Amino acid sequence: MNFDYDSEQNDLREAVRGLLARAYADSEQRRSVVATDPGFDEKTWSRLAEMGLLGLPFAEDHGGMGAGPVEVAIVAEEIGRVLAPEPFIETVVLAGGLVAAVGTDEQKAEILGGISEGTTIAVFAHAEPGTRWSPAAEAVTATQDGDGWTLTGVKEPVPSGARADVLVVSAVVDGGTGLLVVRGDAQGLTRTSYRTHDGTRAAQVRFEGTPAVALGSGDQTAAIERAQAEARIAYSHEAIGAMDTALRTTAEYLRTRKQFGVTLNKFQALTFRAADMYVSLELARSTALWASMVQDAGGDVVSAADRARLQTSRAGRHIGKEAIQLHGGIGVTAEYSVGHYTSRLTAIDHLLGDGDWAADRLAADVASYPTVDPLGAPYA
Amino acid sequence: MRLQLSPELEAFREEMRTFFTTQVPQEIRDQVASHRELTKEQYVEAMRVLNAAGLAVPHWPVEWGGKDWTPLQHHIWREEMQLAGVPEPLPFNASMIGPVIATFGTQEQKERFLPKTANLDIWWCQGFSEPDAGSDLASLRTTAVRDGDDWVVNGQKTWTTLGQHADWIFCLVRTDPTAEKKQRGISMLVFPMDSPGVTLRPIELLDGTYEVNEVFFEDVRVPAENLIGTENDGWTIAKFLLGNERVGIARIGSTKKMLAQAKEHAREMRSNGRPLIEDPRTAARIAELENELVALELTALRVVANSADGKPHPASSVLKLRGSELQQAATELLVDLAGPLSLASFAGDGSEVPAWARAATPHYLNYRKVSIYGGSNEVQRTIIAGSILGL
Repeated sequence: MNFDYDSEQNDLREAVRGLLARAYADSEQRRSVVATDPGFDEKTWSRLAEMGLLGLPFAEDHGGMGAGPVEVAIVAEEIGRVLAPEPFIETVVLAGGLVAAVGTDEQKAEILGGISEGTTIAVFAHAEPGTRWSPAAEAVTATQDGDGWTLTGVKEPVPSGARADVLVVSAVVDGGTGLLVVRGDAQGLTRTSYRTHDGTRAAQVRFEGTPAVALGSGDQTAAIERAQAEARIAYSHEAIGAMDTALRTTAEYLRTRKQFGVTLNKFQALTFRAADMYVSLELARSTALWASMVQDAGGDVVSAADRARLQTSRAGRHIGKEAIQLHGGIGVTAEYSVGHYTSRLTAIDHLLGDGDWAADRLAADVASYPTVDPLGAPYA
Repeated sequence: MRLQLSPELEAFREEMRTFFTTQVPQEIRDQVASHRELTKEQYVEAMRVLNAAGLAVPHWPVEWGGKDWTPLQHHIWREEMQLAGVPEPLPFNASMIGPVIATFGTQEQKERFLPKTANLDIWWCQGFSEPDAGSDLASLRTTAVRDGDDWVVNGQKTWTTLGQHADWIFCLVRTDPTAEKKQRGISMLVFPMDSPGVTLRPIELLDGTYEVNEVFFEDVRVPAENLIGTENDGWTIAKFLLGNERVGIARIGSTKKMLAQAKEHAREMRSNGRPLIEDPRTAARIAELENELVALELTALRVVANSADGKPHPASSVLKLRGSELQQAATELLVDLAGPLSLASFAGDGSEVPAWARAATPHYLNYRKVSIYGGSNEVQRTIIAGSILGL
């Protein structure tokens, strides 16, 4: 058992950190990038592709790098560290993960190849107004139409939905929830983009008899559940990166900001709260690292993702809120960085299920075993 | 990064599990599991079973019975012991004075004390805290004045845990009251509790038990050879000892066992006509605690697996702080599950209230101590803020 990165993983981390440090050297740079559509920097996206990061988890046969979840986690954490707005998890882990899981070889070669090269942005259009965090579709329906399918209904909010070249769409089919692929230029597709509170973009995506191609067949709820679990783990790492920066920024502020003639770190009430933030961060970090290892080892990834989600959700709320409070008024201004970290942590919390949601899922199962052994079955 | 234990460590874990669950008397383990007080004889018996198998003092030097294990093996040993309800080797012997004598003692002191300390032939107690020197230990005032071949000790100690059973005490005393810094001029002496001039007064705790004591010294004569380490350099020893004291203080295995018990009791208890475990709020509370504990266990594993270079892992400071909070949360959960039954704390054996429910509140009240001893949680926060966050 070992929680350390190996030397290749350390190199990967340094390379990603270096690239993103140039792209987002300060919060001003990020602010100017998120101020204009599509809410991220296409050039940075291309550089991520050049470095091979957009094909990290995909098989080499499909244009990818054949790396594992730990490498994906490393990238996600670095993204969180500088709040890079590029849709890495949305495209690579979630939409790409679904294509990798259930697509035909042809679909994999085309879509995953395009993602890896940086020429295809794919997103998963799944959320529907009025429902939350279910692996099933309820309002969008798919009807077989000759060789193909047509989609009807509304998905919203869809992260980066208007910019996407390819939409992977969940829809009600006979016998459950199916998956379909829609091109961004498809007929009968209307997309309305808007800014989200964390500076990224989401869209209302309307299907009116929109032609679509099946991705896999029959009920895909299990595949969706799994891809969402893997994305939850990746988001947990993004959150760890964001929390780490939020805490370091806050500690630096406490060391330098003077009030009543002394720096704020002279006030024990404040330093104790910072210490508690550190406790939250390290416990969440341990759980997120573990969840990636469970995924890598082929263990129960859904349950591990719930555990990571619960821990990082609680930590994210705690650290995000305290970071603003310990900064005082400047923490709620758009000019200063720390509030943006809180905003992003809040967004992550609501993308695929928050802490209460994960706790409820774990609670439903809590009576069925005596103790949790994170090194034993079903995890190891 | 790798999740699984190596096959060797898996085998080691199995070996520990088997030993603890088959070789330590069931009656003693039941007593621990139900949070009832152990007698002195039970403590001694358990420690001797461990010592006979070479499992009482694995962290000592090999020469004196240690095992030369990796930090991860030590972790597994401790966790399995707690999960099995085996009383841990008396900390005053195994974690505190033993390593101190092995490190700072003379050869004669090692031979004289270490075998008996490992076998609990000597029951040690700790004479550190004083009424005005708790977390601020360096403020201690008990004095030792040299008189011929003896030290003459006067003063008072407090919070001396299980001192009523103790044969010997290891004691921090001020040997140079003129030293400029209060950390200087302190020495460590060891002497028998039945020395003339030693008086012990038990302090009753909230749970009705007598676990801690005040100890008074009036012209106690201690032979000069009972000085451990160098005169006036006791603070070095104290820091070494307190570092050891915090090892394993997270008590994850013990909390894990409490949560498993909580689930069992929640199945037995009925509320609104159904088992309490089916109440969503109760189930969610258990699930949240269990998840916090998983996070803490993983953090402990991160710390022990990555501490090969001998430097303490920064996250290690999380363990005592959060470990004590989770122990307390688990005892609180048990009280709340017992609900009205928890009021029967001092009911006799004729009571219809199950033993666990009777023990719940005293245990909960007793466990308020865990965020106070071993460096209070406020001290831990100070350490995190200062040495990790640079505040």
